[in-house]
Amino acid sequence: MQIAARHLDKMTIFDVSGDIDLATSPELRKALLRELREVRAPRVVLNLKQVRYIDSSGVASLVEGLKASRDVGSRFVLFGLNKTIREVLQLSKLLRIFEVYDDEEQAVAP
Amino acid sequence: MNRGSLLLRMELRSNPEMLCVVRNALGQLAQTLGFPEPECRAVVLAVDEALTNIIRHAYGGEAERPIEATFRRIRAPQDGEHRDALEIVLEDRGVTVDPKRLCGRALEDVRPGGLGLHFIRESMDTVEFRRRIGRNRLRLVKFLHHVPEPHKGP
Repeated sequence: MQIAARHLDKMTIFDVSGDIDLATSPELRKALLRELREVRAPRVVLNLKQVRYIDSSGVASLVEGLKASRDVGSRFVLFGLNKTIREVLQLSKLLRIFEVYDDEEQAVAP
Repeated sequence: MNRGSLLLRMELRSNPEMLCVVRNALGQLAQTLGFPEPECRAVVLAVDEALTNIIRHAYGGEAERPIEATFRRIRAPQDGEHRDALEIVLEDRGVTVDPKRLCGRALEDVRPGGLGLHFIRESMDTVEFRRRIGRNRLRLVKFLHHVPEPHKGP
């Protein structure tokens, strides 16, 4: 898995690629929590277009990101979910709790 | 007892870095057996989650402990008929898994953790766990509903 951060206005956009699993999810979790709790970015956007796979530890990291965003009053936004990621989030019954958009234009819109 | 035809056997270390290797191999195996794409993804997810549970709970995160994974094509009863299926057996020598830790959680409870067993149960037709002679043994079965000729490559 690779994570690259971009900044747009007051938003942070993380471009994530590869597999999010037990080996890699701690890195994602750390990046999300730092941006939300320490940097206090008003909106953190996660680009998942290039993510091939996510497991329960990856879903748990997304849930932690969402909870941290609620704690600090930020928005936590996902976009670019492919079939595999969508299936796993649907199976977890957690898809509905996330703010999800099809593309970046929608995800960063005011 | 007919134990079915052995397809693949792996001896792994409990290193999370190995999970992607198993996923790739199993995805190819399930495809070769004729599982449709969504079922290939389901089998891969279930085995990945089961291995994650072994690494985290049975071995407490230690990365060099042994895990054996055996994949067989079997015929087993389902709905009054004998059908072809993929049987996956995962064995480890870790601590006994506390059933309470494997019982999952209410899905309405929005919090991290506890999803792995839910994914395994939703993805597989049979999920059996037992402890025997110092080993944990998890048996997973996924039935093949259509059995086309195995893919023989180009």
